[in-house]
Amino acid sequence: MSYLEYSVKHVPTGLRKILHLNWPLTILLASVAGVGFLMLYSVAGGSFTPWAEPQMKRFALGLVLMIAVGMVPIWMWRNLAGVAYVGTVLLLLGVEFFGSVGMGAQRWIELGSFRLQPSELMKITLVMMLAAYYDWLPAKRTSRPIWVLIPIIMVLVPTFLVLKQPDLGTAILLLFAGGGLIFLAGVHWAYFAVVITAGVGLVTAVFQSRGTPWQLLKDYQFRRIDTFIDPSTDPLGAGYHITQSKIALGSGGWTGRGFMQGTQSRLNFLPEKHTDFIFTTLAEEFGFIGGFSLLGLYTLILVFCVAAALINKDRFSSLLTLGIALNFFLFFAVNMSMVMGLAPVVGVPLPLVSYGGSAMLVLLLAFGLVQSAHVHRPR
Amino acid sequence: MRRSRAETETNHAKLSRRAALLGGVQLLFMGGLAARMNYLQVDQADQYLLLAEENRINIRLIPPARGEIFDRNGVQLAQNSPSYRIVMVREDAGDVDDVMHRLAKVIKLDPEARDRAIAEVKAAERFLPVTVADNVSWDDLSRVSVNAPALPGISPEVGLTRVYPRGSDFAHIVGRVGRVSQADLDAQETPDAVLRIPRFQIGRINVEAREEALLRGAAGTKQVEVNATGRVMRELSRREGQSGADLQLTIDSQLQNYVQARLGDESAAVVIIDCENGDLIANASAPSYDPNLFIGGISSADYNPMLESKYRPLVNKTVQGNYPPGSTYKMVVAMAALEEGIVGPDETVYCPGHLEVGGRRFHCWKRAGHGWIDLENSLKQSCDVYYYDLALKVGIEKISAMARQLGLGIRHELPLSSVSAGLAPTKAWKQEMRGANWVIGDTVNASIGQGFTLASPLQLAVMTARLATNRMVIPRLIKSIDGVEQPSGGGEPLGMNENNLRKIHKGMHVVVNDRRGTAYRSRIIAEDMRMAGKTGTSQVRNITSAERARGVSRNEDLPWERRDHALFVAFAPSDKPRYAVSVLVEHGGGGSTAAAPIARDVMLQALYGGEPPLDAYPTADRGRISAQQEKLREVQPQATIKGKDQA
Repeated sequence: MSYLEYSVKHVPTGLRKILHLNWPLTILLASVAGVGFLMLYSVAGGSFTPWAEPQMKRFALGLVLMIAVGMVPIWMWRNLAGVAYVGTVLLLLGVEFFGSVGMGAQRWIELGSFRLQPSELMKITLVMMLAAYYDWLPAKRTSRPIWVLIPIIMVLVPTFLVLKQPDLGTAILLLFAGGGLIFLAGVHWAYFAVVITAGVGLVTAVFQSRGTPWQLLKDYQFRRIDTFIDPSTDPLGAGYHITQSKIALGSGGWTGRGFMQGTQSRLNFLPEKHTDFIFTTLAEEFGFIGGFSLLGLYTLILVFCVAAALINKDRFSSLLTLGIALNFFLFFAVNMSMVMGLAPVVGVPLPLVSYGGSAMLVLLLAFGLVQSAHVHRPR
Repeated sequence: MRRSRAETETNHAKLSRRAALLGGVQLLFMGGLAARMNYLQVDQADQYLLLAEENRINIRLIPPARGEIFDRNGVQLAQNSPSYRIVMVREDAGDVDDVMHRLAKVIKLDPEARDRAIAEVKAAERFLPVTVADNVSWDDLSRVSVNAPALPGISPEVGLTRVYPRGSDFAHIVGRVGRVSQADLDAQETPDAVLRIPRFQIGRINVEAREEALLRGAAGTKQVEVNATGRVMRELSRREGQSGADLQLTIDSQLQNYVQARLGDESAAVVIIDCENGDLIANASAPSYDPNLFIGGISSADYNPMLESKYRPLVNKTVQGNYPPGSTYKMVVAMAALEEGIVGPDETVYCPGHLEVGGRRFHCWKRAGHGWIDLENSLKQSCDVYYYDLALKVGIEKISAMARQLGLGIRHELPLSSVSAGLAPTKAWKQEMRGANWVIGDTVNASIGQGFTLASPLQLAVMTARLATNRMVIPRLIKSIDGVEQPSGGGEPLGMNENNLRKIHKGMHVVVNDRRGTAYRSRIIAEDMRMAGKTGTSQVRNITSAERARGVSRNEDLPWERRDHALFVAFAPSDKPRYAVSVLVEHGGGGSTAAAPIARDVMLQALYGGEPPLDAYPTADRGRISAQQEKLREVQPQATIKGKDQA
């Protein structure tokens, strides 16, 4: 069913739309953000500055943006998908040439006072693009090679650009999100079998390339993988992050050391305690119960998204919602795996909790799209 | 494009299936995360908690205050004095070069030291204090404090450093401390953690080194919370350490000062021992040096002259020196002969000026000979032939056994560095060490304290004390530890025949008090303080027959290092021995001229417990002695105490 087919008159209009927002989802998002404020307050040593207060302001701004995006009819967003995708790819090319270098990577463009990270935006526009593509593509063509190749290129072009920055974490997220969406769209199993086989081959190639002139990853990325496999080999060097993070996490125990009582994060043992490693502070101060509760909140967000996607009869809306949910899942799954020593340190923030404006705004924009899809679903 | 409802339905169904599948995978993954969280936080929690505590809490050592050292009257010989230093913290200083240049204008800091300090500050962690100036004076410290606003990151600090207020008087007794070196740490299996404190001082020589275990004390600890970069966040708890034990020595610092001053720059040694309890009340080795120079590192300009000097100021001659005891050994031979009953005290020996033994001629110092001579006169005139004869009758084994009984040839346990054992030779010793048979000439040489025989001034003093008291006097240097009196060195009775001993005492008495005695010029005329003694002149070379043909060369004509050592041993009062003294003047010439006068002066000083009245001296000497006393009163020990003098 396409938008041209269903009756718009059942769709709420004007400010009435606000009543039809996915409120449980909104409340869940706010709760997670609230956990974030609490932790930022704690790692700053019981102070709203320098992190908690700006984060709250940005969340408020993000919330307004989300609702604003949610009020815009979903078909408008579908029609903009192509433009948004091409625009973001161009921005990615832009950072390649004009971007600022931070932490050894070109990642953002300065737009006046606003610092834009196109790779963040890319996660959403890619999902939009793919959702729009599969909405347009007749079902019987879905698995035809030529029609499979097109979305693969759509995924690989930004992935490659992000990898060039170099931002391995985001590149992997893009790859998985894109792949997930292609899978959701119903592409034949065989393709995935081929891709997985090829992926294994690629990983082998990457490792084989080490030390040769054409090596595919930077040395530090190789080292990160090495220390991931065995962090104890370099406890004060490259493996330091993971070791310290595990100590902080483990010392939390069942109930944690209490709010603002975490020693590891407070005493600077933890690197990037307010950004990528904020989960360790939470787990240290609130223990297993705290960590598990946050995981529960994330799960609920996913459940609400998937439920919203499944009751939505519009294909674009469903795909978009699922894609954004998948993205969200990848975010926190990679971050939590990382701090728990299950994945290499790749620099992925914990969604809605880690300090960082760009990521939070982009995420709330994405949830704005989910809201829009929910509000304007065919009834 | 329009789509059939059926197609839309199948599409949605397929999407739902795949969404459920993907959702399932996601749930599975989250289950995995939860399991991992459970593993880390519940199963392994204890282990990580422990690691976290180690991370957080760092134990720092508080250096213990080193035990102080006092003389027998409570005069401080080694103390801990606050030393001021200036430290800089890089992160507070901002521009290190700029601040250091300003500091160099405020206090005296030569450019070399300044540049070294800049380099050290830059090399250190930015929050750690680095010492940029050590041992600064109070004035400099005040200037730095006044200028504090212009000197960011600079702050004064107070530490403890060892100071020897009596300086050169006690270098050979108290010794000195020095900074712990890597070699010190390597030398020990499990070094005391306190040694790892930067700039920690440990004893290097003498009492400071030998009583290190008592003096050091135990380090205290403080627990501090640190972050991963090592910065101290706050102090959690503090356990004060145990200061080292205070030691009281048997030395009388006033007497020690007098003796050291009396010896002056002469290469000489004096030991004064209390006959009753073995207390060393003076133990002087000259020349001495100022141990304060060594604290915090000595400059080569100060050190090289000490190393190169032929007077060897760094050597403690009283205990490290090994000298042929010369004629002071004659009491040992006489006592051995008397105790064996081989010779009666009144038996006489004829001295023709030499004795033919084994085809070799051994000369008496008096070429014309002493004629018929008995024990008393043999001591008084120090006849050599008498002792050649006695030694041949008694044999070396008996002589050396007597020597050991009297404290020669054995090491006395004193908390001083390199205490030598000397040597009372035996046939077995020569066989073992030299691989040669003992020959009769060796015995003859030993009889007058030459040849293989070696003794330190300390041993000679002990010998004299034992002869004086007939007790096994044991030298003692530590009077009390933390107020606890140490066992007296009075010793067990030696059980020598009192009559024989009286003969020896009489002989020693006439050495000093008889007009014909070798030390008559150094007599004491105060009736109740008469001194008994024995001169010694020990050769450090062989007298060649050519020299003998020319007549024995006068010592004054020889280069210093070939002159004889002068020795003198004495006890006083001769009828009721209180102190025994031994004097050695390296290459001083004759014992009667170089050593005996020193012995008299120091003995009188000891007996009177200060400057003796002039009427204790023979009338003829009083003018000279008075002038000497005048001069010595001025002599103060060398003690350069940095940072204190301006305070």
